[in-house]
Amino acid sequence: MKFQRQAIRVVDALRPRGTTIALKADEVSRHAVRLVVVDRARESVRVVAFGELPALLRAGDLVVVNDAATLPASLFGTTARGERFELRLSAPIAGSRLYGVLLGEGDFHVRTEERPTPPRIAAGDRLRIAAIDVVVEQVAGRRVTLVAALSDDELWQQIYAAGVAVQYAHRTEQLPLYAVQTAYAARPWAVEMPSAGRALTWDVLLGLRHAGVQIATLTHAAGLSSTGDDALDRALPWPERYELPAATIEAIEATRARGGRVIAVGTTVVRALESAALEAESRDAPLTLAAGSGIATLRLDPHYRPRIIDGLVSGLHVPGESHFELLSAFAPRSLLVKAIALAAQHNMSGHELGDACLVL
Amino acid sequence: MVTGASRGLGRALAEVLAAKGARVALVAREAGPLADVVAQIRGTGGIAHAVIGDVGDKQAAHRIAGQVQGLVGDVGIAIHNASTLGPLPLRLLLDTECEDLAAVLETNLIGPFRLTKIFAGAMALRGAGTIVHLSSDAAVEPYPRWGAYGVSKAAQDHLSRILAAELAETGVRVLAIDPGEMDTKMHADAIPDADRTALQRPKDVAARIVAMIESSTVLTGARLSAPSWTVTP
Repeated sequence: MKFQRQAIRVVDALRPRGTTIALKADEVSRHAVRLVVVDRARESVRVVAFGELPALLRAGDLVVVNDAATLPASLFGTTARGERFELRLSAPIAGSRLYGVLLGEGDFHVRTEERPTPPRIAAGDRLRIAAIDVVVEQVAGRRVTLVAALSDDELWQQIYAAGVAVQYAHRTEQLPLYAVQTAYAARPWAVEMPSAGRALTWDVLLGLRHAGVQIATLTHAAGLSSTGDDALDRALPWPERYELPAATIEAIEATRARGGRVIAVGTTVVRALESAALEAESRDAPLTLAAGSGIATLRLDPHYRPRIIDGLVSGLHVPGESHFELLSAFAPRSLLVKAIALAAQHNMSGHELGDACLVL
Repeated sequence: MVTGASRGLGRALAEVLAAKGARVALVAREAGPLADVVAQIRGTGGIAHAVIGDVGDKQAAHRIAGQVQGLVGDVGIAIHNASTLGPLPLRLLLDTECEDLAAVLETNLIGPFRLTKIFAGAMALRGAGTIVHLSSDAAVEPYPRWGAYGVSKAAQDHLSRILAAELAETGVRVLAIDPGEMDTKMHADAIPDADRTALQRPKDVAARIVAMIESSTVLTGARLSAPSWTVTP
């Protein structure tokens, strides 16, 4: 995963050339998360407790969250020749089909990019993953499509019996499945946690409601953040499936009509909503989002002009990371670098299960 | 989702819900009996999925919830029916081992709590959903020898009320329903010499409970008694 280093170093553009600041990478209890607030209008940055989120938004604003639960997407298996590998699911389970990438032998204590290459396999090969017999349907490098010879019920049972959450290399103990679920997780579509929503406890969610802030959901199949292959990693995120409820589209339209802001919790929400907006533009119906399923293909960059999203809750990311580049679509880079510098000054954590930022 | 769905009231609830067109996830510990019930429901055209798991096992909570939501999708109704009496024959509280009381609480109180923590959050954001806790008159009456069970059900009743208060205005309904005495394995375990002909059939009780869930007059926080509940048009 992205935050495998003990500390993340970032060149602070506002400091003399060559000096760096470090962002620590510790896990933070979801009840203790802090928030760097990036205020574009005031060109200011400040640090508050995440629990103050309701006071930072206005009545009439809309918060959109990704309600995907996180799968136990890491499974171990062997080829017919007895070679061991890890399968990381990269997409939701579709009937008896599993989509994923293979990694070589070794567990999470070894950084993904330092793991041996996976065994060579070909379409038609039979593999055994935990207690699941699968046939390889497609192979592209280390990307695979597998078909399990089990009923749906048995396949889900085996995956939850044998699978674990995708792990972080620097942890000494295994990250349990409960630690990667949000407080509103529903269908297990994500293979890594939609972690921006981790600090949305029910205290905060009900606080938002009481402050007149509306909350809506979508389901986005958050994919892998790392595959162990540089070329594949550069192409991340891959197209990901999302589902947009009609009620959420109504809430977005009502919010825009009353002059409220649409705040995305996490980059997966940005990808889903902005992909839906681009799809609407391609139908010559700008801002008329379609309810139902879609595939998010949008690759955000600093030049992207958001159609739907007015603000964003995200983890803390440093320049150079794809997430930071995505944030640059929402705020000037200099302001974001200032925010990261302030986060470092406050000893905040850049871990995926760490602190957060709010861009308004 | 129905827990304890391989026999008795849980099985009957799953059958009634499936007959009404619900996609039902049946949760139980033993694969064999559960598979039979699922096959039977599918045989009558219903949609049913088996999820093997022990609600009393902390490690199983997210496994159960993940499988349930993977197989049937968003959960609209979660029925906490699985429960245990503890060691048989039923003992006086002073003869109950501490570990046995803890195990009963784990299955009857903390197990449902863990699953509700998962399902109710998603329900509250969607603005709809019903959580049902199966209660008992042992939650209200201090029957000698029903200590562990009675304590767990009394606590579960209160869990239900507090959840209802906290989730007021979210659209999530939290109910406790006392099904009354039924001709089930649990009843036979507790009172082996009972007159079975005087007991309600699980099928009839399940139909009443499902009617309660469907009724818009049943409000969150309610504790209802199935035998005394009448279907209002």
